[in-house]
Amino acid sequence: MSENTQNANPKTPAAASAPAAGRHAAGATGTRPVVVAGNRIPFSRAGGPYANASNQDMLTAAIDGLVARTGIAGERLGAVAAGAVIKHSRDFNLTRESVLGSALDPATPAYDVQMACATGMETVSSISNKIRLGQIEAGIAGGVDSSSDAPIAVSEGLRRALLKLQRAKTTMQKLQAFKAVRPADLAPAVPSSGEPRTGLSMGEHQALTTQHWGITREAQDELAAASHNNLAAAYERGFFDDLVTPFKGLTKDNNMRPGSTVEKLGTLNPVFGKKLAGEATMTAGNSTPLTDGASAVLITSEQWAAEHSLTPLAEVVDSEAAAVDFVTGNEGLLMAPAYAVPRLLARHGLTLQDLDLVEIHEAFASTVLSIMKAWESPEFCKERLGLDAPLGSIDRSKLNVNGSSLATGHPFAATGGRLVASTAKELAARAKKEGKPQTALISVCAAGGQGVAMLLRSV
Amino acid sequence: MTDTYLDMVNSGLGKQVAGKLGLPRPVTLRRYRADDDFPQGAVLVLGRGRAADAAAAVLLEWDLDVRRSAADVDRVGAVLLDYTEVQSPSDLGGPALELSSALRKLRPGGRVITLSRPAPGIGTGAASGTVAGAEQLAPSQAAARQGVVGLLRSVAQEMRGGVTANGVLVADGVPADAPSVVGAIRFFLSGRSAYVDGQFLTVGDDRGDASVDWEHPVAGKVAVVTGAARGIGEQVTRTLAASGATVIPVDVPAAGDALTKLANELRVPALQLDVTDPQAGEKILDLVAGRYGRLDLVVHNAGITRDKMLANMDDAKWNSVIAVNIESQLRINETLLAWDRLGPAPRIVCLASTSGVAGNRGQTNYAASKAGVIGAVAATAPLIAAKGGTVNAVAPGFIESEMTAKIPAARRQISRRLNSLQQGGTPVDVAQAITFLLSDAAGGINGQTLRVCGQSMVGA
Repeated sequence: MSENTQNANPKTPAAASAPAAGRHAAGATGTRPVVVAGNRIPFSRAGGPYANASNQDMLTAAIDGLVARTGIAGERLGAVAAGAVIKHSRDFNLTRESVLGSALDPATPAYDVQMACATGMETVSSISNKIRLGQIEAGIAGGVDSSSDAPIAVSEGLRRALLKLQRAKTTMQKLQAFKAVRPADLAPAVPSSGEPRTGLSMGEHQALTTQHWGITREAQDELAAASHNNLAAAYERGFFDDLVTPFKGLTKDNNMRPGSTVEKLGTLNPVFGKKLAGEATMTAGNSTPLTDGASAVLITSEQWAAEHSLTPLAEVVDSEAAAVDFVTGNEGLLMAPAYAVPRLLARHGLTLQDLDLVEIHEAFASTVLSIMKAWESPEFCKERLGLDAPLGSIDRSKLNVNGSSLATGHPFAATGGRLVASTAKELAARAKKEGKPQTALISVCAAGGQGVAMLLRSV
Repeated sequence: MTDTYLDMVNSGLGKQVAGKLGLPRPVTLRRYRADDDFPQGAVLVLGRGRAADAAAAVLLEWDLDVRRSAADVDRVGAVLLDYTEVQSPSDLGGPALELSSALRKLRPGGRVITLSRPAPGIGTGAASGTVAGAEQLAPSQAAARQGVVGLLRSVAQEMRGGVTANGVLVADGVPADAPSVVGAIRFFLSGRSAYVDGQFLTVGDDRGDASVDWEHPVAGKVAVVTGAARGIGEQVTRTLAASGATVIPVDVPAAGDALTKLANELRVPALQLDVTDPQAGEKILDLVAGRYGRLDLVVHNAGITRDKMLANMDDAKWNSVIAVNIESQLRINETLLAWDRLGPAPRIVCLASTSGVAGNRGQTNYAASKAGVIGAVAATAPLIAAKGGTVNAVAPGFIESEMTAKIPAARRQISRRLNSLQQGGTPVDVAQAITFLLSDAAGGINGQTLRVCGQSMVGA
């Protein structure tokens, strides 16, 4: 991969052994997409201050805050990509409608993306690729989700009856349309986080994985406490001053519990895996709560950034998606990042230990721990990844250094934008301090057995 | 915050009742309008000195109906009295009594402006008339000069109908037609000074540029306003932008949503920053240097109140007010003045308060911080003059804002009447005074504190 030899990073070996070099030639030759700034509204636990805010309200606020931070009101951007996982059917053009309500030039095109919890990552990837290809000069990637303002659908029986009613012409036909409705059909259908193919909730799926990898309760609570304390410390030192804009009176993530300890978290009762044979270890404290929030990231070419007197934070180097067969139980639902990351690293001739920062989305504390344990396992790495040696361990001091989803909460599609913006800022700060380029890995698992990994590098 | 009483006494029945009962009858002030910014009627220039002649010449250039005698004028818009050459108290009577004969002809929204010289060593309240290096005067001359102050302040209290009276103090050695003498006259005639009453502006040197476009007095300047998300700061940002500047609004991260709306409306970057951050100056300069390459104007507006009687004061309330209201200004100014990319005429305006002039019950911490601002401005003046710039303070009195809306209703009604204009000011009034002090027309005004208080009796 010529990119590594080009930037002569002494930590990065010239990747003569990197496989399938031709596949990503565009990455080396195209325009470098850089993260210029990010913004999000504080994340709120469901039913909180954003209970009456729609996805469109929140996404518009996130975009407007980003526009203000970068002083680009009235600019026409090449594209805005965003999405929501839980979405009203009326929000078919959610992102475009949000752009129209924002301070951007209304001539800015926009499109919706949906890839479960990896939606935000996919929008970053998509906007970056357009820039790399020279299709656009600047774009915004983001996402939003509301668990409070969730759409409630009618039952299948009632829905069919209503559609039939709409088509009915005579009174008799109209009456007949209703004849088929049963009392049970009147119950509304509320969205759930259950997997359509297994009927198991995400938590129950993860409970299986947690037991498979033998992740202890204490290890999970340790990670959760670190997440809260890292996030609180980051707020304390003003890290989020230019990453977060208040919304509806909320100025900080209200799920954050500064001073969290393993002892305090240890008092919570397990909520997932209670029907499994072994000890149930997953609690509300080491799982992410349902959350409302939105995020947005400005990604541009270096030239566009220079023309607008904006300072790039980090390059979006590359990304890789993976999916696993969780339906048959062959792999855990949230284990796809364990596959995406090694493929991405190999493509760039990097090892886990070459990374300066690692962000692994904390869907559950045990998700992060299971993935890391898999990379340490010679069996997993050989049998599942086809590697001669395990990927090894990650220095915990490089992991989720400013807190992650356990503390901030996880408004599904908004998490990618949060991760990319925070990581880009941290990378830029570290590169300045260390006086040498820094590389970060971001990994996000998603429903449907999917996962996306991404590499950022300081510029 | 609407002043219902003001609306009531200016309409039909309310007007009659207030008149019969002798209640205060505040009028809607003549505020700045680009197309119509001079008082209605003739401008009388009284006195025969060089300053009077120079002023008359300038007023003629502005196409005003200039008269040198009150005798055959019906409608008077403004009266200028030249006292710059007074030698003894007996010199005061002539112009004063001529003014007396013209007062009944003065139209609503009119102006009385004195031109005089400061009496060294004598403070004139917040607008200190003391100028460094001034010569010692004969007692009779000092008496005459200081006499003008008493005369002007009393005239201001006697005026009704939105008429204001203010003075220009021209330091010894500064020519009567110095750019900022002209600028100060222009300001006092203008609706931009609507709520400035009974005050003096001291012109200490002949720097400045009287030819600035009065509609866009800060055109092309790059400005930073702290505490810009709401209230006076928001208005200062808007007024400066409307007056031609590129303004970067700064406020604490917690006020980021309001700041976002303002920045996007004005199409400028918003800076979420706590001014008490030790790196605040550097962070402001980083943004401004990156985006615009230089910085011309700064308005230190960020301020808080934590009111308590001293008997109930605690560390947190005291220290937070001192940290935000004065220490942040000192620290940021130090960084600014050490910076090598300031514009050729850097100008700073700091927000003081009439509480900082006269003190205020329940505001020991606030008054200490705001009096501190007045002291800091005077001491910073020579430092910034060395870089071609100026620093001044504006001390608002009762301004209709979120802050004063929190005052209990009865006390609020009393507070807003206790001034010569019998009403509260608006954030626009403060913003206009700041805009003037940031313009090159005010280049010879340095280290001063200008009260925007309608000649408040509280904090006089």
